[in-house]
Amino acid sequence: MKITQLSVFAENKPRYIVAPCRLLADAGIDIRAISLAETLHFGVLRLIVSDWRKSAKLLEEAGYVVKPTEVLAVEVPGGPSGLAGVLAAVETTSLNIEYMYAFPFGHGDKAILVFRFEDLDAAIEQLQSAGISMLAREELQER
Amino acid sequence: MDYMPRPELERLQLKRLRSVVQRAWERVPLFRARMNEREVTPEDINSLADAAKLPFTVKTDLRDTYPFGLFASSMREVVRLHASSGTTGKPIVVAYTQDDLEVWTSVMARALAVPGVQEGDIVQNCFNYGLFTGGLGYHYGAERLGATVIPASGGNTERQIMLMRDFGTTVVFSTPTYFLHVLDRADELGVDLRQMSLRIGFFGAEPWTDAMRRRIEQAAGIKAFDLYGLSEIVGPGISVDCVHQDGLHIFEDHFYAEIINPETQQVLPEGEEGELVLTTLSKQAMPLIRYRTRDITALMPGTCACGRSLRRMRRVGRRSDDMLIIRGVNVYPSQVESVLLQFDEAAPHYLIILTSEHGLDQMEVQVEVTPRIFSDKVATMEALQKRLSDTMRQVLQTRVQVTLVAPSTIQRSEGKAKRVIDRRKI
Repeated sequence: MKITQLSVFAENKPRYIVAPCRLLADAGIDIRAISLAETLHFGVLRLIVSDWRKSAKLLEEAGYVVKPTEVLAVEVPGGPSGLAGVLAAVETTSLNIEYMYAFPFGHGDKAILVFRFEDLDAAIEQLQSAGISMLAREELQER
Repeated sequence: MDYMPRPELERLQLKRLRSVVQRAWERVPLFRARMNEREVTPEDINSLADAAKLPFTVKTDLRDTYPFGLFASSMREVVRLHASSGTTGKPIVVAYTQDDLEVWTSVMARALAVPGVQEGDIVQNCFNYGLFTGGLGYHYGAERLGATVIPASGGNTERQIMLMRDFGTTVVFSTPTYFLHVLDRADELGVDLRQMSLRIGFFGAEPWTDAMRRRIEQAAGIKAFDLYGLSEIVGPGISVDCVHQDGLHIFEDHFYAEIINPETQQVLPEGEEGELVLTTLSKQAMPLIRYRTRDITALMPGTCACGRSLRRMRRVGRRSDDMLIIRGVNVYPSQVESVLLQFDEAAPHYLIILTSEHGLDQMEVQVEVTPRIFSDKVATMEALQKRLSDTMRQVLQTRVQVTLVAPSTIQRSEGKAKRVIDRRKI
């Protein structure tokens, strides 16, 4: 259930976004999802990659500050009600969401919502009981 | 020498003071002219307190008389010259006779012997060899004690770590900034210095905080000692921590110390903080009388548990010429550092940038993000930034903009740290 996301400290300058992506691409690592959270002065680049351990090692060796965090990925079915359905299920729980982002997935019209919950294990339990299916790690990450 | 009864020590100091004043009076025209201005002659010095009658010497005197104007020995007797790096204009030149080198070596040996550097120790000297007094000063002191000296000099950090491991280094000499850099690099390489033979470190040549000392001691598994000196007086070897690490014992048989109020120039009583003023008591080639060090400290009252009769000075946390005036408030870089170290998560790599907007001083402190303080949650990072800004405002009494920057973006020096960029128009 748990997916490992990498966060990288980035200053708000293009090179801080481009350089780490290029580094991973050159090493043959597939970036499955990317999101940038920014403030006035700095940003946090969040990545879901095919091989997070290798990516973290490469980035750290290149001098980046990298933090692996476990997140949940929920598949959203196509159609107008898909997203609303999932969000409604989350809404009824008492879970605290630290942040979330979405990205398209697969060949169909499906999307993935990535959630960073305060209490991951409680979130898994509650989402499961609400009948929401979460992606297994293997579906997104090779390792 | 370190345990000589005070009355005996003070008699020796007075004898040497009279002799050095006489020497400077006879041989250094600038000093004689200053004495004449004050209508003082060497005969007026009949007690140590009479030192207050003597004129001060300041750094610009050394620049103005560049290169050899303050020498009291002929060049035939001078066997060594050193010089400051001189960031602005001409450097400052200092000279030693054979006897001066002997005194320097002996005070360094006494300093290093305090926590027990001895035969059998493998000493890695990371101070730069060259015109700077650090390299050779430490070198000769350690050799005098019979230790094995590795003249590693500064820089080439990976090789330093390799030497430490392969040669079984037990004692290290370094600027605190450079040693922190060594610790960072070792960490990156996955090398644990605590697993090595290191047991003691001597650090100096720039002010450093107690928090830095704790970090060095913990990360390297050593006891870290502060060794104070300045090139103008002799180089390293003026005062040193004893094992109690509660103030630095001054080698008073060779250096006479006073604390003055830097504004009024009045001598302050024991315990009061002010500028350290030093007189060389036995220097031949370049005696300096009442040299204003710009270092802010205090002479500590009472005797130390170690039993040395030598008086102690508090660790130098700041220099009066490091002082920044921001919107009329006095700010020292060491205060910024102490705040960063309170957040024990924060590594002390920082840069103060001063600018002026609409005539108002702005102070920005850039702090490098480390793995320990980094969070994937923006809110956590913003809270950290705010807590840092708030704490700095409380400590510095002026508004500070803290900016988090990517690691290794602040320029590192392998010697002394560059902590301030002042872009204000003067």
